[in-house]
Amino acid sequence: MNALLSVRDLAVRIGTRPLVEGISFDLKAGEVLSVVGESGSGKSMTAKALMGLLPPAATATGRAEFDGADLLDADIAPPRGTGIGLIFQEPMTALTPVLTIGLQLTEALVSHEICDQKEARRRAAAMLDRVGIPQPEMRMRQFPHELSGGMRQRVVIAMMMLLGPRVLIADEPTTALDVTVQAQILDLLREIVAETGIGLILITHDMGVVAEMSDTVLVMKSGQAVEHGPVTRIFKSPEADYTRTLLDAVPRIDAATEQAETKQDVLLSVSDINKTFNGRGPHLFRRHGTRALDNVSLNVRMGETLALVGESGSGKTTLGRVIARLTEADSGKIQLNSLDLTACKGRRLRAARRQVQMIFQDPYASLDPRQTVGHTIAEPLIIHERLPRSERNERVRQLIEKVGLEADMARRYPHEFSGGQRQRIAIARAIAARPSLVIADEPTSALDVSVQARILDLLEEMKRGEELTMLFISHDLAVVRQIADRVAVMRHGKILELGSTTQIFAAPRHPYTRALIDVVPVPDPARKRGVRPALKGSYPAGPLVEASPGHWVAS
Amino acid sequence: MQTVTEPQTQRAPPGFWRRLVRSPSGLVGLSIVLLLVFCAAFADVLAPYSPTKMGAGGRFLPPGGKYLLGTDEFGRDMFSRILYGSRITLLIGAVAVGISLTVGMLVGMIAAFRRGWIEAILMRGTDVLFSFTETLIALSFVAVLGPSLQNAVIAVGVAGVPFYARTCYSAALVETSKPYFEASIAAGAGPARLVLTHLLPNVLPTMIVVATLGVSTAILAAAGLSFLGLGAQPPTSEWGYMLAGSRDYINRAPWLMTIPGLAIAVTVLGFNLLGDGLRTSLDPVERK
Repeated sequence: MNALLSVRDLAVRIGTRPLVEGISFDLKAGEVLSVVGESGSGKSMTAKALMGLLPPAATATGRAEFDGADLLDADIAPPRGTGIGLIFQEPMTALTPVLTIGLQLTEALVSHEICDQKEARRRAAAMLDRVGIPQPEMRMRQFPHELSGGMRQRVVIAMMMLLGPRVLIADEPTTALDVTVQAQILDLLREIVAETGIGLILITHDMGVVAEMSDTVLVMKSGQAVEHGPVTRIFKSPEADYTRTLLDAVPRIDAATEQAETKQDVLLSVSDINKTFNGRGPHLFRRHGTRALDNVSLNVRMGETLALVGESGSGKTTLGRVIARLTEADSGKIQLNSLDLTACKGRRLRAARRQVQMIFQDPYASLDPRQTVGHTIAEPLIIHERLPRSERNERVRQLIEKVGLEADMARRYPHEFSGGQRQRIAIARAIAARPSLVIADEPTSALDVSVQARILDLLEEMKRGEELTMLFISHDLAVVRQIADRVAVMRHGKILELGSTTQIFAAPRHPYTRALIDVVPVPDPARKRGVRPALKGSYPAGPLVEASPGHWVAS
Repeated sequence: MQTVTEPQTQRAPPGFWRRLVRSPSGLVGLSIVLLLVFCAAFADVLAPYSPTKMGAGGRFLPPGGKYLLGTDEFGRDMFSRILYGSRITLLIGAVAVGISLTVGMLVGMIAAFRRGWIEAILMRGTDVLFSFTETLIALSFVAVLGPSLQNAVIAVGVAGVPFYARTCYSAALVETSKPYFEASIAAGAGPARLVLTHLLPNVLPTMIVVATLGVSTAILAAAGLSFLGLGAQPPTSEWGYMLAGSRDYINRAPWLMTIPGLAIAVTVLGFNLLGDGLRTSLDPVERK
């Protein structure tokens, strides 16, 4: 069969600087092509070139044949929408917040003069129904902010499909979504491809998504195609070194877990924590608050890594912040060794903070842009230990080297470092004052896979070398499986299951845990699964009961 | 463990001054402001005549000839008056903005840092003041304190406080909610440390830019007060006052009005351009 879209020697340049070079591929009807690569690999730039959406300074050369015309020909208007549809990563920004869903859906149909407003509304409702949005008539009168992220992405997909494109380009369509929602959206895309026979170009950084979705894969690095071939071949016998590195760096949810020996001594004991976030506004008009934490109790043992896993809104970050005393709990008790953290105030609290340090998700925002890296790392030492300057500088030097950076980097400012390096600096700061507990809140989710792998290695090393106890907050089950000794699964402010990593992953008992593990895309094309049922109905969410030794499940 | 060499490590950015001078607006603005400072500093050397000596060569002499910018209704040399006027103008700008900036930043940072009822009182108070125009506040101040240049400067400074307080408050609010600030709290930093080493350096660049732009507003406001006869009193060579005094002679000697007017305009332009240049050169994003 002939290719729908045939790209030859696509190159994008700004001035003389090449951003993308020598990209060639064919996309057949009903085929899914994944373009995979890390940030800066040029994968999004490739999509933009095909859509004619390049920034004005950039020029594209080469050929991209679609429907008998060259998409890169500047004189021809690109067949946006009707020929090629584009789905963005962030469904909120892809929709106009001030117009109703219905208006946005029908707008393109009417402006392309495909049909009149009445017919457009009928078609839009049918399409919403098709992409799995219940009560489409009602939804069409709503505004984007009234819909959840997954719903919005469905609306965007419906919007694109309404115009009947033959090629759909999806740029990281599920990256901003929770893993259970991601699974549903991926299922939907797969169904659409199978039903309508369109060609799908899926741009992603997630090897799991690649393995589950694609027929062919194009691996990109620094603007160049590193490898191109059928998905099974790429995963089974990758030819390029880079593909191999990329595959090795991906944490596997189906990997074997090794259990570290942990002592049974409890370091941190959290009991009956409640936290409700109040709605804003004057008292009378205040809306009902959101219950972020609902009677949460938890023990962290000396030297272990306990992972808090859950989707957005599960309360995992709030729990971490409550333990770090960055957010005040409404009630409950936090006990660290013999110290009651909840009772600390003022000067005593500041002294106690030494014991609990945090690593934040966004390494770009968690370092003061106007302080040198050396000063940032030294801060806990300045606050808690009165050391002579020379001794302090020596400690900072050691810390910097310990996290794998060069000692003379201490004089530089954060913006001179890459994301991974910044996260190393944040780790150095966290361990500087030798805390007994480190809370790591999604420390790798803003990073590329290969950088993530190295940061996880570093954390692992710190844990062994410094005998750190760590509370690891993450939405990524594969990462958790790699680093955690025990796992607590959270949803809607409650812990639903708590057990050793082996117990949770090999023998999950709670239906939600099972669903959560089930939906994670595995980087192995042989394990491609069909459409999965979403977790429906109610599930036990009562107090935890010990199902087997050390394995607690909500009753 | 081996040293990690990840890509994207940027070279040290060019220095602040070089960045400022490289931007066209920064260069022009800085030149104008430096020229002004030079004039003010060496007014007694540069001025060919005393700014207050009357009737030396005749009244209403047009520009050119012996008197570079002509003479006024009392026969005073306009060039010398403008030169001496730059002293007062700069002083007004600096002192008035100094008052607004200091008080405004204090209010804004305390409100953003302490939150709660202190925040409510400070910011709602600011809102109330903000609902009056600055000129009105300045006018009422002068009405109470009595007309004099000193009081006019204080009035202009106080009138500017709400604006600076609010700008600083919102800038500080952004900073205090950033993870680096929380990281410092989590590290156990006390209030002094949080404010002095984290908050202040991060809001200061914004405030410097705002203040530079504010200098021109302050100069204009003070000139306005002088124009109304509530600021500088005769025989002070203040541009706004000179502008006001020339009103009666607009047909006979138009340069009496245009020259101080131009001086004010160029000064305002200079500070505005400098503010623009500072904004780009102090912004860490632009630095990359």
